[in-house]
Parts: sequence; C-alpha cells; structure tokens
Amino acid sequence: MSYKPQNNRAWLGVLPVLLIVAFSAVVPLMTVINYSVQDILDFNTRFFVGFEWYVQTLNDERFIEAFGRQLAFSFTVLALEIPLGIAVARGIPKNSRLTPLILIVLALPLLIPWNVVGTIWQIFARSDIGLLGVAINAMGISYNYTSEPLHAWLTLVAMDVWHWTSLVALLAFAGLTAIPQPYYQAAELDGASSWQVLRYVELPRLRGVLIIAVLLRLMDSFMIYTEPFVLTGGGPGNTTTFLSQYLATMAVGQFDLGPAAAFSVIYFLFILLFCWLFYQSVVKRDEETP
Amino acid sequence: MSRSGRWILCAYLVYLVLPLYWLFSMAISSNADIVGEFNAFPAAPTLANFAEIFSNPVWYQAFGNSLTYVFINTLISLAVAIPAAYAFSRYRFLGDKQLFFWLLTNRMAPPAVFLLPFFQLYSAIGLFDTPLAVALAHCLFTVPLSVWILEGFFSGVPTELDEMAQLDGHSFGYFFLRVFLPINRGAIGVTLFFCFMFSWVELLLARTLSGAEAKPIVVVMTRTVSASGLDWGVLAAAGVLTVLPGVLVVWFVRKDLVKGFALGRVS
Repeated sequence: MSYKPQNNRAWLGVLPVLLIVAFSAVVPLMTVINYSVQDILDFNTRFFVGFEWYVQTLNDERFIEAFGRQLAFSFTVLALEIPLGIAVARGIPKNSRLTPLILIVLALPLLIPWNVVGTIWQIFARSDIGLLGVAINAMGISYNYTSEPLHAWLTLVAMDVWHWTSLVALLAFAGLTAIPQPYYQAAELDGASSWQVLRYVELPRLRGVLIIAVLLRLMDSFMIYTEPFVLTGGGPGNTTTFLSQYLATMAVGQFDLGPAAAFSVIYFLFILLFCWLFYQSVVKRDEETP
Repeated sequence: MSRSGRWILCAYLVYLVLPLYWLFSMAISSNADIVGEFNAFPAAPTLANFAEIFSNPVWYQAFGNSLTYVFINTLISLAVAIPAAYAFSRYRFLGDKQLFFWLLTNRMAPPAVFLLPFFQLYSAIGLFDTPLAVALAHCLFTVPLSVWILEGFFSGVPTELDEMAQLDGHSFGYFFLRVFLPINRGAIGVTLFFCFMFSWVELLLARTLSGAEAKPIVVVMTRTVSASGLDWGVLAAAGVLTVLPGVLVVWFVRKDLVKGFALGRVS
C-alpha cells in the first residue's frame, strides 16, 4: 500500500456522500431510536417509557423464535453455499472460450429481482404445476411445501443456495485467478493431491475474498425478506417467518411503532456487531500485506 | 483443474438453469395448459402472455417506473461516490477510517428497520409515491457499496499518475475528468452493475414507498399473485422480462465483472 498524504481538504470529496447518507440513513435511524423509547398512542399523544419496549421485545416469545429460526437458516445456507461456491469456482476453466459464458450464467440469479426469485421457485416447486414438485412426487415421495414445514424449509434453503451460491463462486473464482501459476507448479512437483492443493495453496490465498463472501452472505441472509414472503408467506403457520418479516408485520401491518422500533434497534445492533468483526479482519489483512 | 471440479460445476449449472427453463417454459404456455395436464415441455408455445403485458398499461408503466428509479439511483450513487472514493484512496484525513466503517454499517442495515421512518420522512416532504423517493431510499445501500468498490479500484491506480498530470501543468479538474475517470472506466462499469443489481432486485422499500402512481414492476407482480389469483403464464412472462435487463447489464460489464466481485481488492 502506497503512502497517503494527510490532507483534511479531502473531506470536501466525502461531503456529498455524507449528505446523502445523512438523509437516507441518519435521519431515519434517529427517528427509530426516538420511537423506541416512547409509547405512541397517536402523533400528538406520546409518553417516554425508557427501555420498556426493549425489555418487552427481548422477552417476546415470537421474537426469540424468529431469531432462532433466523440463526438456523443463516448458518444452514452458509454451511452449504461457501463449500459449494468454492467447489464450483474450482471447476471453472481459467482461460477458456467458455469462461465468460459460464460467468454470465453464474451471475444470472444475482440479477433477478428477489420477488421473481420467489416466484420462480414457487412455480418450480409447486406439487401441481412445478417441474421439481411433480418430479419429486412422481418418485413416490409425498412433497408439498405449502403444508409441510420441513418441506417449506428445504425449499427455502434450496432456493437460497440457487440464488446466492453464485456470489460465493464468483468471489472465489476472482481469488483463484489471482494465485500465481508457479504456486500450482510447485505443488505439482511435490506431488500434491487435489485436496492438498486446495488446503495448502488455495484456501490460504482465498482468505480475503472468503471473508467478504462469508460476511456478505451472513448479513444478507440475516435480512432475508422478499423470497420467503413470496414463496411461503412465512408459513405454514409461523415456521418460516424470519426477523425481517416479523418486523415488517409489526411496523407496517400493525403500526406498533414503539415495539417495532425497539426491535429494529436490537436487530441493527446485532448486524453491526458482525460488521465490526468484518471490518477488523479486513483492516488487519491490509496491514499485514504491504 | 481437477475432474471432480468440472463435474460439480456442470451439475451446479444444471441446477441453476432448470428453474429458469421452467419459468421460460411457463411464459410461453397458456394458463389452461399450465394448470391442465402436466407437461415437461410447453405443449402449444404461444406469445399471448407477452402480448398481454405489452398491451396492458399497468404492466409496462410499472416497468418504466422501475427503470426510472434504478436509473436515478445509479446516477446519484455514482455522482457522490466517485469523489468520496477518490478522497479515501488518495488521502488520510481526520476520521477517515471511522467514516469508512460507518459507511459500511449502512450497507448492513436491514431495510426492514428503515421501513417506518422512510415512509414518514418521504410522506412529510411530499416525495412519497415518486420514483425519486425509491431512488433515494436505495441510496442507503448502493452509496456505501459504490464507495467501497470504487475505493478498491482507485487504490490500485498508481499515485504517480496524479503527480505526472500535475507536472504537465494540468488542472485538477482536467486531470480528474479527462485522465483519471477514463482510466477507471471498468471500475465505474462494475459499480454501475452493482447499483443496478441491488436497486433493481429490491422489493421491500420499493413497495413501501410507492402507492398507485409509481408502482414498480416487482410490486405489480406480487399483487397479481394475490389478486387475480393464478394467471401463472402472465406472471412467468413478466418474470422473464425482469430477467432481461440484468442479462444486458452483465453482458456489458462481463470483462470487469470478476474483479468487481472481489470488490477491487484482488489484484
């Protein structure tokens, strides 16, 4: 990393970003915090209630259940997407005429509106008209994701893997192409197996991009809303209701301003914690590699 | 590369393409065929579903609305992110690290958290139900992301370039617009791709901030499912149409795509 001169006038360049982010993030966030400590009956009648909503939210059984489901979902999809993404990336030829085509096909799911992703999987997995649903039933397994919680879960996970593994694969591929060829030649001379190449040559060099991949997927799976909203609507029952959906129901559906705001703050703080860990690891890496 | 890797890639590509094939197959089938006897291939291909979309103003206006806010959002994001990324990549200044971190936290904020305040904020200033409101709301995640990606790319451009331009007697403005930005065309293309990607695909904020007037395509689609019930063919056709802009964009930035996915940090 080259030497950067100190220059406080650089603030001028950052100013526009500050203004726009202040408008689209700071003002709303302040509003949320403000609501979270008040009991709002209507817009003229409000009382200060301190941390009451926070206590209530943390003791709310539905919140805890949604939180648990959220953790289970996020870690399941991560455990599937990261290894699969790396495996897929290792299979992409590096300098072939097919490479750009493969990359474009891989990028496709990332560019589809999230509700369309839900719709695609809805029509793909339905047991009456869907290719997948009909195929599974034809194999003699009774499958119906709209009535069976387990099937709904499996379908959601399959959908998320379909939707996001490409991101991991593209990141990992970018990391793999950055590994100098002599590394591979040296490994070959040593008679390293494919597995050893992965373990001792590739994975250490992929650390940086994998940190990005893991944390992007962790954040985004934590915020997941649209796809389950379209595919299962949070059901059957509440079995696929995750945090965002519960929050959206509370804020816009029921207009419970105070509790919804306290929920928001807790939700955001949790994600912030991840974000901080992420930033720490990136900064550390930048300092290690001059 | 290893044999097994190829197989995994092929298997995954099949997995990836099958649902898309099914979407396309439904888009060119009539609704009677879809709910009737099951066929793995469209029995009687028809373009009637697409005709329905192009003849119904609700559909094509919604398309226009979506493209409008994505376009505005991309413009705003690039306009504010380019100077900021340059500042971050070239100088140290008071609070730079903290500022950069704080920007990133906004990328991590769940849109659901901002639902309510956005609704009230944009209603209060009279922007509710306009594409501008959605565009500004999407800045919440596209601006931090743009700064992040661009900073990575800009840091990779040697500072000698800046010094050379100065020695040649060019003004900063001339250098920035005529030398620096053209060199970073690829970076800007990738940023554009990411802004497009995250603004085009988002539903929650777009749905909350638009009423009858500025209804985006993603919202019209969800309402069709619940309201008229089950015209699967038209729904699938609309789905196919929403995939197309993404294909176009990815085609244009294909060369820089991989580098961009590593957020410019792999060199």
